[in-house]
Amino acid sequence: MTDTQKPVTDITTDYDIFAPDFVKNPYPGYTEIRESQCPIAHTERYEGSWLPTRYDDVVAIAQEYETFTSRQILVMPPAAGRSEGPYAAVGAPPITSDPPDHHWHRRLILPVFAPQAVAQYEPGTRDLCNALIDEFIDKGVADAASDYAQHIPVRVISKMLGVPLTMEDEFTDWVRGALENITDAERRIKSFRSIVEYFIGEVQSRAANPREDDFITQLMNTEVEGKKVPIEYVLGVCNLMLVAGIDTTWSAIGSCLWHMAQHPEHRKQLRENPDLWPTAVEELLRVYAPVTMARIVDHDIEFQGCPMKAGDRVLMAFPAANRDPRQFENPDEVILDRQNNRHVAFGSGIHRCAGSNLARLELRVALQTWLERIPEFELIDPSSVTWAGGQVHGPRKCMVKF
Amino acid sequence: MNMKVLLDYDSCHGHQMCAIAAPDVFGSDEIGNAKVLITGEIPVELHTKVRRAESNCPERAITIIE
Repeated sequence: MTDTQKPVTDITTDYDIFAPDFVKNPYPGYTEIRESQCPIAHTERYEGSWLPTRYDDVVAIAQEYETFTSRQILVMPPAAGRSEGPYAAVGAPPITSDPPDHHWHRRLILPVFAPQAVAQYEPGTRDLCNALIDEFIDKGVADAASDYAQHIPVRVISKMLGVPLTMEDEFTDWVRGALENITDAERRIKSFRSIVEYFIGEVQSRAANPREDDFITQLMNTEVEGKKVPIEYVLGVCNLMLVAGIDTTWSAIGSCLWHMAQHPEHRKQLRENPDLWPTAVEELLRVYAPVTMARIVDHDIEFQGCPMKAGDRVLMAFPAANRDPRQFENPDEVILDRQNNRHVAFGSGIHRCAGSNLARLELRVALQTWLERIPEFELIDPSSVTWAGGQVHGPRKCMVKF
Repeated sequence: MNMKVLLDYDSCHGHQMCAIAAPDVFGSDEIGNAKVLITGEIPVELHTKVRRAESNCPERAITIIE
């Protein structure tokens, strides 16, 4: 039997983040672990990992970047062959970088993601949300995940990168192949290589015909200490933009629409108090944080009584941390005007999600536009909603009627 | 009551939650890290927002001096 087929005996010693029930709804499992004698669970599945579930532990690990490195950041072991071949040196900087390189890897991309820089994408995002809604509003039914949420971040990122929107389906397929599929290692490798090969083509075309004011061109022309950045860095950042910028935000948008479909009182609250939006977005991010990242232990260490070995994988369950009652009152409840909210949906410490301001903007605009156009809607059949989980949690099919 | 804010620039990693909670007091620098916009006394009408900024910072980088 493979790791995904064995029933879980004890969740604190044998958790399975890819078990169908856990993928669908991981929160009861997180709570069980968090409130047990072993709030940092361990499993032997998928070559073994640790799973901290308390806010303070997750944050402490995120802050200790020298002990808990970002050599690998996926929740599953790399597919065989990933470290070989011509693109082995292409990562996803700065997520996959450790200090000292992390500093310049991150410093170079942060300005384009600052709040004042991403604000320019708001009108275009609103237009594309409206165009998506135009496609289905007269039908009275839609898949909030695959007819709407799924198309938003990929188009925003394509525009930002300066690549044609016609690549949408390929990008989506590659990103899902890289992040959502655990059983097919070959597809993971192929997805990664497709991404790198695509961007090699984009880099070559810009080398031949330079473009002005284009993100990839700017990256290619960036100099560090008087030297152009290596091509692996340019390709790595493009890879990052896809794998970190698409599946994640689309999952958050989908989860929030799934929530809103079931909570008319929250729709009403936002309609009557539009000033609530900034706080509401943070609360929704807390409750529906989509992303779990991994760290690799650098050297043997005992952490909170757990004997962690060099090379061990630690799963940074930000969604679990965000529902720790030690940190948040009534953590499973969505309180749109929550006042104290140190949520870590975007991580904590030096690897705070570089695209967080863009993600926030996309989430707010996607929800506002939907609620303006479709103020009343509900799930057609709650049991028919399907989910992705593990690395990124969010609905993949979510039929609603209005 | 008098109020001032101190920001620990080394701890700030640019979550921007202070700027969301108290946009008159906190902004963003070129790379998206926090910038204090009012370095002197914080007007009384902004005190509640500043307290929210402090209690929403995931890095605990804000100190309120009263």
